[in-house]
Amino acid sequence: MSTVTKIIQVTGTVIPVRGNDIDTDRILPARYLKEVTFSRMGEYPFFDERFDQEGKAKHHPFNDPRYKDASLLFVNKNFGCGSSREHAPQALFRYGIHALVGESFAAIFAGNCVMMGIPTVTVSFNKMEELMKLAESSPKTVYTVDLETSTLSYDGKQIRFDLPASSWNALVTGAWDSMSMLRANLGKVKGIASRLPYMTGFRD
Amino acid sequence: MAGRTLYDKIWETHTVERLSTGQDQIFIGLHLIHEITTAPAFDMLREKGFDIAFPERTFATVDHIVPTDMRSRPFLDSQAEELLKALEKNITQFGIEFYGLDSHRQGIVHVIGPQLGLTQPGMTLACGDSHTSTHAAFGALAFGIGTSQVRDVLATQSLAMDKLKVRRINVSGRLPEGVYAKDVILSIIRKLGVGGGRGFVYEYGGSVIEKMDMEERMTVCNMSIEGGALVGYINPDSTTCDYLSGREFVPKGEEFKRAVAYWKSVASDADARYDDVVNIEGSAIEPTVTWGINPGQAVGISEKLPYPEKLSDPEGAKRAYEHMGWQPGSPILGTPIDVAFVGSCTNSRLSDLRAAANIAKGRRVHPSIRALVVPGSTEIKALAEKEGLHQVFTDAGFEWREAGCSMCLGMNPDKLKGREICASSSNRNFIGRQGSPGGRTLLMSPAMVVASAINGKIADVREFA
Repeated sequence: MSTVTKIIQVTGTVIPVRGNDIDTDRILPARYLKEVTFSRMGEYPFFDERFDQEGKAKHHPFNDPRYKDASLLFVNKNFGCGSSREHAPQALFRYGIHALVGESFAAIFAGNCVMMGIPTVTVSFNKMEELMKLAESSPKTVYTVDLETSTLSYDGKQIRFDLPASSWNALVTGAWDSMSMLRANLGKVKGIASRLPYMTGFRD
Repeated sequence: MAGRTLYDKIWETHTVERLSTGQDQIFIGLHLIHEITTAPAFDMLREKGFDIAFPERTFATVDHIVPTDMRSRPFLDSQAEELLKALEKNITQFGIEFYGLDSHRQGIVHVIGPQLGLTQPGMTLACGDSHTSTHAAFGALAFGIGTSQVRDVLATQSLAMDKLKVRRINVSGRLPEGVYAKDVILSIIRKLGVGGGRGFVYEYGGSVIEKMDMEERMTVCNMSIEGGALVGYINPDSTTCDYLSGREFVPKGEEFKRAVAYWKSVASDADARYDDVVNIEGSAIEPTVTWGINPGQAVGISEKLPYPEKLSDPEGAKRAYEHMGWQPGSPILGTPIDVAFVGSCTNSRLSDLRAAANIAKGRRVHPSIRALVVPGSTEIKALAEKEGLHQVFTDAGFEWREAGCSMCLGMNPDKLKGREICASSSNRNFIGRQGSPGGRTLLMSPAMVVASAINGKIADVREFA
């Protein structure tokens, strides 16, 4: 991308997916990693939890018509643990999820999300429980994740969320698409390389 | 002023610049790639018209999709074939060294890096695979990355990163007989939780870790991510330097002497300051087995399955029992199994195979069990065969395979079927991980896998002495 895309706000309805430690194998089963591009990943999020072996739909929030067309995902603790596969956030994003709200996110998953321009914001256990209940009882509620004010607003209410400062900066300034920013310092990168003994064969 | 950790030192020497986001741009000394997670990264480079900044610092192999019985091309699985072709096209176009199926250097990416001496202390190392922390056993800052980060490393040999806190984990005392490196890391994850390492780098130390050889250390560091830590490293010492001496990519002569001095200089200072310290008594560790759907859900072999309400995440435990179909309070010992798997980047090195063969020797796999041993690299396969280990395994009724990731992850023909239960030396017991949505995985050491294969049910390896 040649233009900078700032991520300031994500607005929409939500899909609540309860449970701690939901790993990326569950979010995106490994067999789909055999596809050469990300283009079809949006068809597969939580595939084995949503469909049985015969392809029959199972009870799952992603199959629930009440949560159709949501743009946000509510989760609990340590979401996205396990495999580093970017295919997992790619699957969620291409399905239509553009922001996640949870108690906590696994390190690599959260990093992948930022690099794709997806905010992963956190609130306390108690707040998350309230949000889950509201999402389940009132699925039409519209939420706005607003990075400028670091708040989640819905039903006239506003609650504060947390997001690591560097992720916040990257999203709000558009620096999440990091390749060009890093590439601009290529001269300095080469300077570092020339000073590291293992890059110069430990020669005197 | 307090001393510095290895993490502080490597961070400092590899920082290119403080970025506008507040992150640091960190130079990546070594980049390893494989057929999964990389193809879109090359596509993004082509889209931008960028070249690779340091093509000589990226090495490629093929491991995840490799069939371990019949490797001839084209693969029966057309998707796997297409993926490998894409990698072959990319490494040719961009000029990257590649160890393919016809190379004696081929193997699981986290096995061949150390084996070739590519992995060295004091460097930063990234790979599009969460088990990259394996290489941190050498005192390298090694971690897994996503595809967009693979793109950044290719285009810039650097990454935008946040500095983390450091937790020192001391494993003191000595390990009892029948207790292996795998039991140590499973115990650490059980104690600190699968999310306990979020925001931390782990530094493993203490007498148990110091006494370990490099292959044991790699097993410990391999599973750091299962404890939520992006990196778990061990300070380099003479064990590290002795392992590296003479390996293909390790300097020789005077250069080696200078390398050793540099490697030792990056170890944490004696008075280094840690953000947290955890102590674990090695003599209290038992052969350990997972019973649930994440690697922290583990018990000692003599324990009973825990009651959910006594655990920190009762709902998670209930979900695990629902999948596994077991009851709290029952013993793990004696649980029937269907499949036994020795392999994966956690436990497929020569010493793992020796430990497994030591139990298998003169015994037979239970007739109801499908059992396979999959070496981590083509070289390890050759070395094991030279020692006659393959004969021990096949005599006992194990299948002896070609090198690859095999039954760790359901991306190649080695998979569980239906509700099968697998005693596995791999690293993840996630639902569906071994290729069947209903499949069940119990993680344990290679010796415990073999003991269980022989009994046809979860066994205590200490009874096989």
